[in-house]
Amino acid sequence: MSVDLILGILQIVLIATTPLVFAGIGELVTEKSGVLNLGVEGMMLVGAVTAFVTLVITGSYFFAFFISLLSGVIMSGLFAVLVLFLMSNQIATGLALTIFGIGLSSMLGKEYIGTPIDGLSPWFFVIFSFVIVFLVSYFFYKTKMGLILRAVGESHNSAHALGYSVIKIRFLSILFGGSMCALAGSYISICYAPMWQEGMTAGRGWIALALVVFATWKPERVLIGAYIFGGVTILQMNLQALGLRFPGQFFSMAPYLATIVVLVLISSNKLRIKLSAPASLTLPFYKGR
Amino acid sequence: MNNFLPIIVSRSQTSNIMNFFVPIIAIFLTLITGFIIFLLLGFDPFYALYTFFISPISSSYGISELLVKATPLALIAIGLAFCFKNNIYNIGAEGQLTMGAIFGGGIGILFHDTNTFWLLPVMIFAGAIGGAIWGLIPALLKTKFNTNEILTSLMLVYVALFILDFLVVGPWKDPNGFSFPKSRAFSDSGRMPLLFDGLRVHFGLIITIFLIFVSWFVFSKTMFGFQLKVSGFSPKAARYAGFNQTTLIFLAFGICGAFAGIAGLSEVSGPIGLLYRDISPNYGFTAIIVAFLGRLHPVGIIFASLIIALTYLGAEDAQLFLQIPSAVGFIFQGLVLFYLLGAELLINYKLSFKRT
Repeated sequence: MSVDLILGILQIVLIATTPLVFAGIGELVTEKSGVLNLGVEGMMLVGAVTAFVTLVITGSYFFAFFISLLSGVIMSGLFAVLVLFLMSNQIATGLALTIFGIGLSSMLGKEYIGTPIDGLSPWFFVIFSFVIVFLVSYFFYKTKMGLILRAVGESHNSAHALGYSVIKIRFLSILFGGSMCALAGSYISICYAPMWQEGMTAGRGWIALALVVFATWKPERVLIGAYIFGGVTILQMNLQALGLRFPGQFFSMAPYLATIVVLVLISSNKLRIKLSAPASLTLPFYKGR
Repeated sequence: MNNFLPIIVSRSQTSNIMNFFVPIIAIFLTLITGFIIFLLLGFDPFYALYTFFISPISSSYGISELLVKATPLALIAIGLAFCFKNNIYNIGAEGQLTMGAIFGGGIGILFHDTNTFWLLPVMIFAGAIGGAIWGLIPALLKTKFNTNEILTSLMLVYVALFILDFLVVGPWKDPNGFSFPKSRAFSDSGRMPLLFDGLRVHFGLIITIFLIFVSWFVFSKTMFGFQLKVSGFSPKAARYAGFNQTTLIFLAFGICGAFAGIAGLSEVSGPIGLLYRDISPNYGFTAIIVAFLGRLHPVGIIFASLIIALTYLGAEDAQLFLQIPSAVGFIFQGLVLFYLLGAELLINYKLSFKRT
């Protein structure tokens, strides 16, 4: 293989993996605060469609990303109100968010399927994805706020007893996760594709959720996991392009099967999962009266 | 703190009245939200809601279509109740449905020129086996490797869909099908008998009702049903009582998978009659909403399946008459679940204006 080919593949891997990093790191922050949001796929889709439609209407990339992030804040805000104030089941609420997002994005984007746009260069976002992982890692392990957030995720009762506002911290963590998912979606519809198609995130939101488990809730490992997944996906496409005599569907399955295999390898060590997962994950917080 | 907002007070006992009213509150709020959405979109909201929720079922054909859609939804949802009651989050019913369709449909394709009485029962059995196998994989991974069943069951949905896609464009493609990605049609004896002439409602409905009845019996009259309930309420109490959680996980996943598999088979051998790519409009995912809306209770699930089936029909009509994309059906489904989950607060807590 020539150097050019390797560099070419490396470029494609970087561009394809970036949305997984955004969604993964967003969900990681949400989960660190003790909340599991299964609405990643729905928030990514709504983020993707709002960015795309805004870009077509206004022609401004800035507005496109701004409105998209706002959509992520609103969608995750809805989730936050339900799980934090109404103490609803986090798993069911997250699923509802995804179903709602699938419907909403299809409806908003109906008129815009196939509309051509000028895609934006992805490189700023590729670099930004590394920066944000570094920042999150710094926030968690070098700042007091990060320590408080982790404490809320480990034991909300202790954090509450120490005088920290569990609800406020979880609310902000959920909003951060939502805006990162929207960013991942808008990156897909404006930089990566660039186009709008129903269900275009193609399960990346769910892979992002798996990434958090893979990373055992450590920010920098999200990066490693995302690049393994991204690499497998691109490798599969390249092997297919080389014309291997093997049905394409089996290659298309590869990322999903790889996710299962990786989850099995990571989770089989019960102690490690128990020590790494935020202890209050999915538990509702009720402060009594 | 202000004194106008009510505060939330924990109930000493869950409220049975609220358990009954919460789904009704959720549906009512969804209708109000739908009214506002249609108003904002510039439609006459009364006409839009009529088109969405009334006109689809104002004929015998409409009622039959409602039952056709409710049949798989109710069957999958009652299967999911076995899992959800025990806090096992199987969200891969869509994959189990697909596998059931592949296994049962495979038998149908193999015997496409055979007309005999035993063909349909064998197909149904194969469908149940296919779905159960697909459901037991996450159960095995969960019990043996401690793997999160939410993610594995979901990943297997994509795998099952690709297997179906491979089969209908590859080895199982209809040789006379002008290269369309579909299989041969099943023989007449491989099809679900129709219940009424000229209507599409089929024998799958009878199977669903029968299995819902069996499930009701299991939930309320057997030791297994009791164990599921106890493990769901308090895993510690269940362990103390010596219930085997591993067995419960396998049974719940196996039953749920088998039910979803039968639902998939009854779709392909009912209204469809062959295998192709899009056998299910997300029934496996939507059934999750049905299960919650029906509060995991057999009777509740029957009503919930009819209501959610109506959102499918309403969405089709809305697309036809109002030029609204049919995806609006998913919006209603998402909304009803949001409201339901929010209103569930009233079961375990009460609102109080009194200050202490």
